[in-house]
Amino acid sequence: MKKRSISKYLISFCSFIMTLAIVSAAGAVSDAYKENIYNPGVLKPIDSKVKVKVGQKAPDFTLPAVAGGKIALSQYRGKKNVVLSFVPAAWTPVCSDQWPGYNIVRDMFDAHDAILLGITVDSIPTLFSWTNQMGKLWFPVLSDFWPHGKVAKQYGILRSDGVSERAIFVIDKKGIIRYIDVNDINQRPSLEALIAALGKLK
Amino acid sequence: MVKVKYGISIMLMLMILLGGSIGWTASLPVVGGVLPDLSPGFSLPKPKDGVVIIEIFSMYCPYCQREAPNVNKLYEKIQANPNLKSKMRLVGIGVGNSNYEVDVFKKKYSVTFPLYSDGDFKIHKKLGEPRTPYFIGVKINSDGSHRIFYSKLGEFGDVDAFLAEMIRLSVIK
Repeated sequence: MKKRSISKYLISFCSFIMTLAIVSAAGAVSDAYKENIYNPGVLKPIDSKVKVKVGQKAPDFTLPAVAGGKIALSQYRGKKNVVLSFVPAAWTPVCSDQWPGYNIVRDMFDAHDAILLGITVDSIPTLFSWTNQMGKLWFPVLSDFWPHGKVAKQYGILRSDGVSERAIFVIDKKGIIRYIDVNDINQRPSLEALIAALGKLK
Repeated sequence: MVKVKYGISIMLMLMILLGGSIGWTASLPVVGGVLPDLSPGFSLPKPKDGVVIIEIFSMYCPYCQREAPNVNKLYEKIQANPNLKSKMRLVGIGVGNSNYEVDVFKKKYSVTFPLYSDGDFKIHKKLGEPRTPYFIGVKINSDGSHRIFYSKLGEFGDVDAFLAEMIRLSVIK
């Protein structure tokens, strides 16, 4: 009887270690966020079906910005190329270390006459607290919180659990989608590929 | 009882298989210990009776960005000191950063000391997945062996104080 309970403990311990090993497969996290990052573990890479295509007109939207006011995609028509960076959720590992990288390459966006719009399905107060840890961002951060994930759904990147995919859309000055990268949610999209896509815009 | 034994065996086999496929996460570098083998991504420089300071950073980490000018100053001070120049090396490992991203960081902050890329997080895992920035001080012994004398998370703050601490803790001559 005693041997059996030791065996049960051993099985539980093994299962625990296996779970830890799986959950640990996440990216590096900046100390900027201290112990405040929630690790959801490894998720299904893609959990939606994109509804837009390269060459198609990008669906317009208007969303509230963390800095105040509202921003419409159409306001950049004829003026700026636009990069939409959807990240799944505030206070999670990969998302927290994505926009701070874009924050130091403004010159690369400027070189291609592009504005970056960061979007999540989180509320404005959550985004306010989270992006404050990143330093001063040069690009607007928009909340697709209510109606929940409406824009993500329009683009076909709303996952079944209510967060968006980790996705990038490059839209030219005519409002036409020129590049789509619906990335594995567990990994950061390639910066090199994004900049190369911007380089192809006229 | 036999079933339980089979259960344990299967569980252990699964652990070994999973461990091999996803890579077990090691513990953080310990003072007094040695670094794991970080090849092929990184080979520890071996200045005789010298010191290697390793910064674990990421181009995407706001604190690493903020710390970059300080780390540059540290390198300048090492280079400007004839006594330290040949004995103290400073290197950076960009965890989760491709060569392209490491290059972006290098250009953005005019980094002149060697930076290495760890795009697939293999080195990061071997080092126990530290948050960034993370600094490791390694003393190289005359026989080529080494010992970790410093292992700490976060920005180091005052450059002169940090350099003095590196000299004191490593007992570099």
